[in-house]
Amino acid sequence: MLQRDQVLHVARLARLELSEEEVERMAAELSKVLDHIEKIRELDLDGVPPTSHVVDVTAPLRADQPEPCLPHELTLASAPEPLEGGFGVPSPGASPA
Amino acid sequence: MADYEPVIGLEIHVQLGTRTKMFCGCDLSFGDPPNTHTCPVCLGLPGSLPVINAQAVHFGVMIGLAFGCEIAPRSLFHRKNYFYPDNPKGYQISQYDVPLCRGGHLEEVRIHRVHLEEDAAKLNHLGHSGRIHGSERSWVDFNRCGTPLVEIVSEPDIRSPEHAREWLTLLRTTLRQLGVSDVDMSQGSLRCDANVSVRPAGTSELGTKTELKNMNSFAFLERGVRAEIERQVKLLDAGEAVVQETLHFDPIGGGLTPLRSKEEAHDYRYFPEPDLPPLVVTEAMLEAARAELPAELPADRAQRFERELGLGPDRARELAFRAELGDYFEQALAANGGDAGALANSWIPQLVERIGSDIDPADSKVAPASLATLAAMVSAKEISRDAAREVLSRMVQDGGDPRAIVERENLGAISEGLAEIVERAIAANPDAEAQVRGGNRKAIGPLVGYVMRETKGRADGGEVSRLILERLESA
Amino acid sequence: MTSLLELTAAQAAAAVRAGELDPRELFEAYRARAAGEELNAFTWVADAAPDLPPDPAAPLGGVPVAVKDLFCTEGVPSQAGSRILAGYRPPFSATVVERLHAGGAPLLGKTNQDEFAMGSSNENSGFGPVLNPWDRTRVPGGSSGGSAAAVAGGLAPWAIGTDTGGSIRQPAALCGIVGMKPTYGACSRYGMIAFASSLDQAGPLTRDVTDAALLLSQMVGHDRRDSTSVPFPEEIRLPTAEDLAGVRLGVPEELTGSEGGVEAGVRESFEATLRLAEGLGAEIEPCRLPHAPHALSAYYLIAPAEASANLARFDGVRYGLRVDGDAELITMYTRTRAAGFGAEVKRRIMLGTYALSSGYYEAYYGTALKVRTKISADFKAAFERFDFVVTPTSPWVAFALGAKTDDPLAMYLNDFCTVPMPLAGIPAISIPSGLSDGLPVGFQLAGPAFSENRLLDAALALERAIGFDGSGARG
Repeated sequence: MLQRDQVLHVARLARLELSEEEVERMAAELSKVLDHIEKIRELDLDGVPPTSHVVDVTAPLRADQPEPCLPHELTLASAPEPLEGGFGVPSPGASPA
Repeated sequence: MADYEPVIGLEIHVQLGTRTKMFCGCDLSFGDPPNTHTCPVCLGLPGSLPVINAQAVHFGVMIGLAFGCEIAPRSLFHRKNYFYPDNPKGYQISQYDVPLCRGGHLEEVRIHRVHLEEDAAKLNHLGHSGRIHGSERSWVDFNRCGTPLVEIVSEPDIRSPEHAREWLTLLRTTLRQLGVSDVDMSQGSLRCDANVSVRPAGTSELGTKTELKNMNSFAFLERGVRAEIERQVKLLDAGEAVVQETLHFDPIGGGLTPLRSKEEAHDYRYFPEPDLPPLVVTEAMLEAARAELPAELPADRAQRFERELGLGPDRARELAFRAELGDYFEQALAANGGDAGALANSWIPQLVERIGSDIDPADSKVAPASLATLAAMVSAKEISRDAAREVLSRMVQDGGDPRAIVERENLGAISEGLAEIVERAIAANPDAEAQVRGGNRKAIGPLVGYVMRETKGRADGGEVSRLILERLESA
Repeated sequence: MTSLLELTAAQAAAAVRAGELDPRELFEAYRARAAGEELNAFTWVADAAPDLPPDPAAPLGGVPVAVKDLFCTEGVPSQAGSRILAGYRPPFSATVVERLHAGGAPLLGKTNQDEFAMGSSNENSGFGPVLNPWDRTRVPGGSSGGSAAAVAGGLAPWAIGTDTGGSIRQPAALCGIVGMKPTYGACSRYGMIAFASSLDQAGPLTRDVTDAALLLSQMVGHDRRDSTSVPFPEEIRLPTAEDLAGVRLGVPEELTGSEGGVEAGVRESFEATLRLAEGLGAEIEPCRLPHAPHALSAYYLIAPAEASANLARFDGVRYGLRVDGDAELITMYTRTRAAGFGAEVKRRIMLGTYALSSGYYEAYYGTALKVRTKISADFKAAFERFDFVVTPTSPWVAFALGAKTDDPLAMYLNDFCTVPMPLAGIPAISIPSGLSDGLPVGFQLAGPAFSENRLLDAALALERAIGFDGSGARG
């Protein structure tokens, strides 16, 4: 059901590099899962509102008061490439990757 | 070549002037060392969760009310998913199909929506003058990440590059007056993208639009939009189609470069933010926002200038859309009563011409009361217009009171002895004399010029013309 | 020494408060057990007992607790069972962890889990599978397999885990211990490395119901750092019920019928428990949850979708694994994530991304959200007639390692009795109901939101009647 090019497209969206073997396997496995899941589309859900939040609350609002920030060293403590006081990365192209 | 009508919509991002970020309590930074205003939330550390800043919502509601928008009693935040180093969670928390505000207008341009979201981090580039093209390595500073943003999207009601600039100016002044943001384009607290398309004049269907990014000054906005309109018109005239794409405007070279093509268009996979239940705006919150709206916003001020002071619509908007100009104008009027028209149409423009249009007149050496006095002196014919211009120039340089300057420089209007100078002028310009006597009033020029030179501009030009004509047409 | 390890946590806490037991001795006994374990239940064990003896009045009595790897614990590896976070030490602790510490339960160690809480067998860990103490050729269940095995195997007096689709209850069932998922929002999610934000909840894994109540009492509570957190309307108290007089139990056809695929031995144990319940005074009748058969499908759309966004932050930029940092940006992203994530996580990210992608949202994710509404409504209707809904926790007993790893769908079917409750946000508890072929079987009770106290009471009464003995696995 899920074609190879669809798998590649989704992998690109998800920034996952897949080997050829993984692409094939993924297509088969996801197709099988989707076949099972597909059944919910047969339900009559006309007029049923979606549930995005099961808690019956509204968003609490935080007072605009400063709270302590992390010390600089802690912020960079796990950085793979500390650079100029920031997080070093390969330069992206002109547009978001 | 067919006649085309530009169709322009603006998408504006405004950094709000809150103390802390949109979803965490980090205080906002102003030029501080990198990564010193961060916490697990704005760094996107695993396990962190967002909590909405009440003041950001308050400002958002104020903006909506100022534009006459419908404020949604319940709005939702959504995740906008994409990968980029300045986007630490791999998604931006924004609003999608249930935004805070819908509808409304600012002057004649309709507002489509206003919503809240968080700003990205700052991506810096090493090598090659710090610009992204050709840089070797980049690094990310998260101080800015999470700053509250309001996104304002207009309907495509704008019809020219000048109009775009003027409307953005009004928007800026309005937001400034609301006190919700510094709205400084050079600092990035006001950012503007434009959606541009063209269509044959008189038609109503929309053409394909392109999106212009990176116009970080009013001048660049106007130039960029103009350049894009020209580009699209050229394409269509050549029988080609406009491709929907995002373009970057280079203000230095004036060129437009595609940023991404349709194939690379983002699929943001929006879905409701599960970490944030619906945002409710209560009656109390609406009241609190209304209470902080200024009594008069710039658009209202322009209308009042037209209605009560009799100013023409263009002049009224010019003075109202730049708050500093409007304030200066009203102070000058208050100081000396007098002729609003003369101040608005002559003397304030003259002042602006001398100090530059990006300077606040209140910062100049010309006090509003002094300008008003100068205008009154001209109306009362105490000095000629030319002399007054001279006085204004001196006031701009050194400040001071116009009466004192006139006296000191002996620039007072000459009315005595004018008749004698007029005789000399006529004697010196027989051709002109003949033509005027022959019925050609327009030939009076050289005669007037002679008298003005002789009087070093201190005679009133109108008075001089009157005397000459009287002399030549009667005898 | 042996008698020390035989005490339940509540008994140990009481002994500490009575001055009969030195908590440091208790800590050291368990620390030695954990450090020398062979089940691979722990990813990190504390070096030594904490310096200060905890406050003897502290409710948790200084009894050490094992904490699932995905809870951020400041300065301690918190990896969510993933190689992409190998060695990551967060600069802050989860709220629930802070509460346990404040309540007097020192950190014994971090437990192994399925990577990012995705799995039902703990075979998806980046740090090797966990073994079931009842039979080391079999799985302990997942994703909180390490926590379950540690408690069942006598390596920790009690533990906490997280439950998204059954990840506390199912391993509890397979390991013959008690596991509870509270009402959504009852425990703060701040500091819990997120899998599926609208479903995840922290909860206790313990030897008996009393221990679960004691641990839970310290875990619940409103947290202003979690916008989905709700105050628990009453205190969690230690249960005291001795029977089930007047308690109405509903048995849903859809989850217990033979076509549901429940193994014969599990069915027998379930029905035996129902008879016991009747003997205690419960009224038992069939009930309907018409949309329960679709819960699994809805879950396997919602959870992966949310996870695909939650896991986007693992990109090699700020923390965790980075691969090929010298390559182009996109390559760094794709290779880092390919190397750092296991197969199941990749599968679910792909599934979730697909379900949200352009053109598919309505059909998949959008539809699943509507099914969720129906499932909540089904439970609400059921709770008008019944106090609790009861089912077997897992359709089968612990299966052999490797038995289901080739078939993801078969693995997902493990969860069909446990996923409906998190979709509805309601609490549920699993208690051991007996053995089948020498392996533990779990019995599940689910109640309306905030019915934890009543659930614990009912569970206690049943537990006493069942008289399950888990000491064999504690070796």
